[in-house]
Amino acid sequence: MDKFRMIFQFFQSNQESFMNGICGIMALASTQMYSAFDFNCPCLPHYNMAYGLGILLVPPFILFLLGFVLNNNISMLAEEWRRPHGQRGKDPAVLRYMFCSMAQRAMIAPAVWVSVTLLDGKCITCAFCTSVPVETLGNASHPLLSQEEIQRVLARIPCKEIYNGQEVIANEVAVRYLRCISQALGWCFVLLMTTLAFLVRSLRPCFSQAAFLKSRYWSHYIDIERKLFDETCAEHAKSFAKVCIQQFFEGMSTDLVAARCHLPQKASADTGEASKKLLGITDQGTMNMVLKSWHRCKPPLHLHPSALPSRNGWAGEGQSPVHPSAAQRETAAYYSLV
Amino acid sequence: MDRFRMIFQYFQSNSESVMNGICGLLALASVKMYTCFDFSCPCLPQYNRAYGLGVMFIPPVILFLCGLILNRQSLVMLDEWRRPQGHRKKDLAVIRYMCSSIMQRAMVAPVVWIIVTLLDGKCLICAFSGSMDPEKFVGFATVSPVQLEQLLAKVPCKDDELMRNNTSRKAVSRYLRCWSQALGWSILLILIMAAFLARWLRPCFNQDTLLQARHWSNYIDIEQKIFEETCCEHSRLFAHKCILHFFESMRQEIKLHSFNLPRQGEGDEEKEDLQGITDQDQVNKLLKTWYYEKPPLDVSQATQR
Repeated sequence: MDKFRMIFQFFQSNQESFMNGICGIMALASTQMYSAFDFNCPCLPHYNMAYGLGILLVPPFILFLLGFVLNNNISMLAEEWRRPHGQRGKDPAVLRYMFCSMAQRAMIAPAVWVSVTLLDGKCITCAFCTSVPVETLGNASHPLLSQEEIQRVLARIPCKEIYNGQEVIANEVAVRYLRCISQALGWCFVLLMTTLAFLVRSLRPCFSQAAFLKSRYWSHYIDIERKLFDETCAEHAKSFAKVCIQQFFEGMSTDLVAARCHLPQKASADTGEASKKLLGITDQGTMNMVLKSWHRCKPPLHLHPSALPSRNGWAGEGQSPVHPSAAQRETAAYYSLV
Repeated sequence: MDRFRMIFQYFQSNSESVMNGICGLLALASVKMYTCFDFSCPCLPQYNRAYGLGVMFIPPVILFLCGLILNRQSLVMLDEWRRPQGHRKKDLAVIRYMCSSIMQRAMVAPVVWIIVTLLDGKCLICAFSGSMDPEKFVGFATVSPVQLEQLLAKVPCKDDELMRNNTSRKAVSRYLRCWSQALGWSILLILIMAAFLARWLRPCFNQDTLLQARHWSNYIDIEQKIFEETCCEHSRLFAHKCILHFFESMRQEIKLHSFNLPRQGEGDEEKEDLQGITDQDQVNKLLKTWYYEKPPLDVSQATQR
């Protein structure tokens, strides 16, 4: 158990730092994705806005969902939410705590994507190039061009190679203007997010610290309990398998002895451990029969309680499976000592 | 207990160095952010100043808040400040000490940003090119006021068609950059001198209260960490007992309803590990009960056995 204890402590102390690590990796991945993405503004009047705003808003949504998917605790939250009450009440504060901490971590990568996009400026330039104030920055009253023509010309601002509206408004002036607005929005967004994070973190100790400590303890408890239950089941399965297989070999050996009508040879006093472990299966033919029997007719998942060998070791009989009806339950109200 | 001792020593020696490390990383991050950021002055009369001063002052606020958020000690300090008195008096000197050490660490990254911005010069050129006195610069002295405003606003944009190869633009640019760098170096010098004096003169004033405050702030930090560690230990033991109790109660239930009393085999440790759950249906029932009826959070029955 010592080894398990050490592993549990490692996971417990590092569960949060593990999740923080994943969160940081996703944020880096989102900046990398943005720089690898080949932004290609369509430069057509109605498509620009859809494309620009789509690139600004759809990947953050995907990253948010991915943040939930990659978080191991989501299944724990779902399980705790859906389980029947049983003998243990459900505490909504614990569920809220678990959900909030997961949502906070999942929000970081989308926020990074939106800030990087806004600070870079290409998306806003693409989306809003048709709304540039031509009156103040350029030459609005161009005699030869109708409104739609001007819109079409303005839509080509992000594509410098095909831009043909230098008389209406200079390309660099428009791009600089749009990028300035985009970067201002970007910095304001980052400032807002940081201020919110700061307020959430610093107001909590002022208001619900005791409730917070309780929720945190019980959410860690649920996590540890689930892991420990899995470990205990694994250990149980190991012991079960060991006994099952041992009983199978013993059953086989007894049956072979009975079939050959030989009396079991009494082991002489000075035979070692090894020959005892051989369980009377001492030649190739017998071993092959054992292996064939293991493949053709696996023993039932039912261990015999007594140490006496049973005649029908592998026939699948034995006592009928137990179906206990509603048994008595402990009914007192229980609380932890914490 | 040995493990706890090792953990104590680790936290004691490394709490401050962890904080210093985060502070240094944030300073490096601020330099990296500045170099990655594509500064593009709008070169329009009304927007230049807002943009230039915005880029110079908003990121430091963000970095300062980040420095407070990432510092674990700020939570500890807030906790200590807002807690009810209870049986333990509150020492304001300790809270003040913690607050000042947190603020000092959080100010490093914003100051680095401002100094890098000033030494680079682009922000100040963008913000103040419109307020230059045209008399000093030959190329702008003879231009009408309306056009002057536009021209001066375009000084930060080297590639603008009006400004390419304009010697007066270069003169204004150099002038503003000179001022910007002088300001940057002066601020750096003042801050370093202030830090030097503060560190050198501190032992002359209130050394004993300082030692006390530092000791108790360290204590509060460690106490918080150990409380969390102990809660983890406790919840692990609690879960362990709860699960064993659950398996035991399942075994008793099965015993009540089975016709064959389980006999203990000689030397059968594995059988004992199996807790009397020895066939597929029993295991399935156990798993089903675990989901549908989790045991109550009480192990007093188990400990009394």
